[in-house]
Amino acid sequence: MLNAITLLLVFQLAGEVISRGLGIPLPGPVLGMALLFVALILHGGPGKNLQDTANGLLSHLSLLFVPAGAGIMLHADRLASEWQALLAALVISTLAALAVSALVLTFILRRRGSGS
Amino acid sequence: MIRHDFTGLWVYLSASPLLGLTLTLIAYLGAWQLHRRAGGHPLVNPVLIAVLTLVGILWATDTAYETYFDGAQFVHFLLGPATVALAIPLYGQLQRLRAMAIPLGLTLLCGATTAIVVAWGAGALLGASEASLISLAPKSVTTPIAMAVAEALGGLPSLTAALVIMTGIFGAMVAQGLFRLLGTRDPAVQGFAMGLAAHGIGTARAFQISAETGAFAALAMATNGLLTALLTPWLLPWLSRWFA
Repeated sequence: MLNAITLLLVFQLAGEVISRGLGIPLPGPVLGMALLFVALILHGGPGKNLQDTANGLLSHLSLLFVPAGAGIMLHADRLASEWQALLAALVISTLAALAVSALVLTFILRRRGSGS
Repeated sequence: MIRHDFTGLWVYLSASPLLGLTLTLIAYLGAWQLHRRAGGHPLVNPVLIAVLTLVGILWATDTAYETYFDGAQFVHFLLGPATVALAIPLYGQLQRLRAMAIPLGLTLLCGATTAIVVAWGAGALLGASEASLISLAPKSVTTPIAMAVAEALGGLPSLTAALVIMTGIFGAMVAQGLFRLLGTRDPAVQGFAMGLAAHGIGTARAFQISAETGAFAALAMATNGLLTALLTPWLLPWLSRWFA
């Protein structure tokens, strides 16, 4: 498990260095994920160790958003003055993005399926 | 005397990271129990319940968010390696990803544009200020990217962070109901839509449905982060002209 954690941190660090060094508008961890994905393709897949550690970390992924989520209390004043417009825009656009993505992908996959 | 000891204890504990960290885990485990008791119903969202519980406790005890975060940052830090670890389920879907590259790319373009344009349009029509609109535009992507985009364009990055989290929670809560309404059953399609519209929190929810759903959500989250970072600065001049 220690090996796997170290590997994940090394890829995050590499992502961080590349992102800052080259001024890429992507955060280090996201770039680190892309690098690890490429490394897995070259290496032919993760070992059992890495697989288990990743499963462990990802099984409670939602816990990791809680500290940042509580930061919402810092914006109580700002949210109070414009909350109707912001909340409505947030709700409508999230529903629209979910619906458009689901419908477009279903449509293309179905057309391809019937075409071939 | 007892009261004095308690005050001393409180002063000690509230200055140590142990309390913030332990509270975060207890609030989450409690929220998770509720979620499970509700049969995993998406409306009983563990992130929402844990956040509301913590904000309530911090308000009641008059604790500053910064003090709390001193402890909670150890949990927050794990977001980095967990994001990197998303490469592993992604690799598990390599065959399907290769076969679906073009449909996924087209969907990404449509979905990302919809998220930005509809958020801006609806906000502008309802009278939100320009600074709020810029902060709102990148709200469907993962927090660090959304904050960087908002900052570069003259928004309020900390407001963006709050809006991003709210978007993720809302998306995770409503996605399955909406899919039922639209008749969307393919786990790949469900996951991709959730990761695209509701970033990491949508992805976390998708992993609770299945590993396949989660893998496609992770892919959508990562690629939408990149696309939104490129697309938002380019769309902004048009948006402020259309909805002036």
